[in-house]
Amino acid sequence: MNLSDQLLQYILSGLSTGAIYALIGLGFAIIYNSTGIINFAQGEFVMFGGMLGVYFFHKQGLALPIAFLLAVVVTALCGVLFERFAIRPLRRPTPMNMVIITIGGSIFLRGVAMIAWGKDTHVLPTFSGDEPISFAGATLLPQHLWIFAITILLIIGTKLFFSHTISGKAMSACAVNRRAAGLVGIDVRRMIMFSFILSSAIGAMAGIIIAPLTMTSYDVGVMLGLKGFCAAIIGGMSSGLPTVIGGLLLGVLESLGAGFSSGYKDAVAFVILLLILFFRPQGLFSRGSSERV
Amino acid sequence: MKRTVQLLTFFAVMLLSAAAFAAEPLKIGALFSVTGPPSFLGEPERNTAQMVVDEINKSGGIKGRKLELVTYDTAGDATKAVQLANKLIKDDNVLAIIGPSTTGETMAVIPVVEKEKVPLISCAAGSKITDPVKAWVFKTAQNDGLAVIKIFENLQKNKINKVAILTVSDGFGASGREQLKIHAASYGISLVVDDTYGPKDTDMTAQLTKIRGSEAQAIICWGTNPGPAVVAKNVKQLGIKLPLYMSHGVSSKKFIELAGDAAEGIILPSGKVIVADQLPASDPQKASLVGYVQSYQKLYGVEGDHFGGHAWDAINLVRRAIEAGATTREMIREQLEKSSNFAGIGGVFNFSAQDHAGLTKDAFVLVRIKGGDWQALD
Repeated sequence: MNLSDQLLQYILSGLSTGAIYALIGLGFAIIYNSTGIINFAQGEFVMFGGMLGVYFFHKQGLALPIAFLLAVVVTALCGVLFERFAIRPLRRPTPMNMVIITIGGSIFLRGVAMIAWGKDTHVLPTFSGDEPISFAGATLLPQHLWIFAITILLIIGTKLFFSHTISGKAMSACAVNRRAAGLVGIDVRRMIMFSFILSSAIGAMAGIIIAPLTMTSYDVGVMLGLKGFCAAIIGGMSSGLPTVIGGLLLGVLESLGAGFSSGYKDAVAFVILLLILFFRPQGLFSRGSSERV
Repeated sequence: MKRTVQLLTFFAVMLLSAAAFAAEPLKIGALFSVTGPPSFLGEPERNTAQMVVDEINKSGGIKGRKLELVTYDTAGDATKAVQLANKLIKDDNVLAIIGPSTTGETMAVIPVVEKEKVPLISCAAGSKITDPVKAWVFKTAQNDGLAVIKIFENLQKNKINKVAILTVSDGFGASGREQLKIHAASYGISLVVDDTYGPKDTDMTAQLTKIRGSEAQAIICWGTNPGPAVVAKNVKQLGIKLPLYMSHGVSSKKFIELAGDAAEGIILPSGKVIVADQLPASDPQKASLVGYVQSYQKLYGVEGDHFGGHAWDAINLVRRAIEAGATTREMIREQLEKSSNFAGIGGVFNFSAQDHAGLTKDAFVLVRIKGGDWQALD
C-alpha cells in the first residue's frame, strides 16, 4: 500500500465526516442569518435526530424510512418549541443573552434525552448493507454514498429555497435588514420560526445519516455542534456553498491530521477556528460583510 | 383506663425503639460514577451493590445486624469523589468504602482514606492502585496487565510478532498502552504502530489506514464503548483482514450490539462472567457467577456484567470480613488482608500483606465473538 492510496483514503474519510459538519454548519448559518443568533443548541438537534431515529426504529419497530421521516418531523417540532419558548419571549435580546439562552437550551435538551433514552450509546443499521466499496485503492461504505447524496440534495434544496421561493426570499430579506423586511410586510417572526424549523430538520437529517457509522448517544451533540460551528465560521456564516466547503475542508484536514498524528485531530479544528477568527473573521471566502445569505 | 393505655403505648414504643437501637445497621459507603462518561461502569456497580446488600438483609443480615449502603454518585469527577469520600467518612461514619469506578477517581481518593484510616475496595482496574501496596486500599477489578498477558500468550501461540496497537487517550487506554509496552518484549512482540484515538472520536479510518499500510500482523485496540465499536466497523470498511484483539473494556453485550456484524471474530480477554454458562462445573467460580447473572437478570432485566461483578466482589469481601468478627475499620482492614480463596465474580481472590489486588491471570478467559455471542477459547 503506497502513500497516494493512503492519502486518498484520508481524503475520502475526511470528506464524509466533512459533509456532516457542513450540514450542521448550514443549520447554524440559517438561524444566524435570519435572527442574528448563534444557536449553540444546533448540535442537540443533531443528537435528537439520531436518538429519535433509534427510538422510532428500535423501540417502535417502524421501517427505517418512516423512522427517518418521523425523527426529522419531531426534531423540527422541537425546533419550533425551542424558538417559541426560549428565544421569542426575550424582549430585548442582546447577543450575550442569546448565547447564554441557547447554551442553557442545549444543556436542557441533553438532559431530556438522557432521562428519556438513558446514557447508553445506540446504533442504527446502515441504509443499504455494509459491504465496503473499493475505489482506487481506498474503501467506502454504501452509507458514505448516502451521506454524500443527502448532503448534496439538501444543499441544492436550500439554495433553491432561498433563491426561488417567496418564503426563502423573505428570509433572505430578514437577514439583510430585519426592520425593513418588517416594513414591507414580511412577518419577521414567522420567518424566524421558519429558520428554526429548517435548521433543526437539516440537523436531524445529519444526525440520522451518521448514526449507522458513528453511533449516537445523548451527548454526541456537543462535539458535533462545535465542529459544525467551526465549519460555519470558515464559511463566514453563509447559508450556502462557503459553509459547505468550510465543513468539507475541516473534515479533510482533521482526517489528515489524525493520519499524521492522532492526538492532534480535534486540535486541528480548533486551531483553524481560532486562526480564522483572528485573521479573517468574515470567513475564508467572502470579501466584505454584505453577502451573508 | 385511658392513662394505662397511654402508659402502655409509651413503654411499647420505648421498647421497640430500644430494639431498633440495638440492631443499628452496619454502614458501608459506596462511590460510583452512576452518571457521567463512566456511567457504563457506575450504573451496574451501583445496581449490583444494592442488590447484594438487599439480599444479605433479606436473609437476616450479618450476625443479626443489617447492612446499610450509602451510595453517592461521583459523575466520574475526581474532585467530587474526594468530597464525597470525606462525607462518607465524617458525616455517614461508614465502616468501609467500595468504589470509585475509575482509576483516576480512586487515585484521588487514596490519600483521604489513608489519612482517615478507612478501608477502600476500589472497583477500578489500574495497576497503580495497589502497586505499590497501600495499607488501606484494596481492589477487585483485574489488573490491566493480566489482560495484556492473556492476549500476548494467544499471539505467541499463533506465531504473531508484529502488532499495531490503537489505544484510547483516556485513563483506561493510557494504562493499557503502558502495560502493552511493558509486556511486549518478554513475549517477543514488537509494536510496529502505536497510535491513539480520542474517547469521543467517531471515525478511526485515518489511524487504521496507517496500520493497513504497515507490516503489522494483528491489531490490538484498547478502549471502552463506543470507540472500539467504531474501530471494528472501520476495520471492516477498510477491508483489513488482520486479526483484531480488544480489551476487557468492551466485554459486554452492548459492544456486540453496537459493532453488529463487524464484531464477528474479534478476540478479547474477559472476566468469566460473560461465559458463565459455558464454564465446566469444576470451575470454583461457577456457583458465584451463575447465581449473580441470574439474580441480576431477575431484578434488572439485563444480564449482569463484568463491571457490576467488581461491586459484587467488593461487598462480599466486606461481608466475609464482618462475618469473621470484624466490627471496626481496623479489624475490617485486617480481615480483608487475610481473605483467601474467595471465589467471586472477577476471579479467585487471595489477598495478603504484599498483594492487595489478589488475582492471577486465570481471572481472565479469552473469548471470541461468534454469531453475536461469546465463545470461550480456552
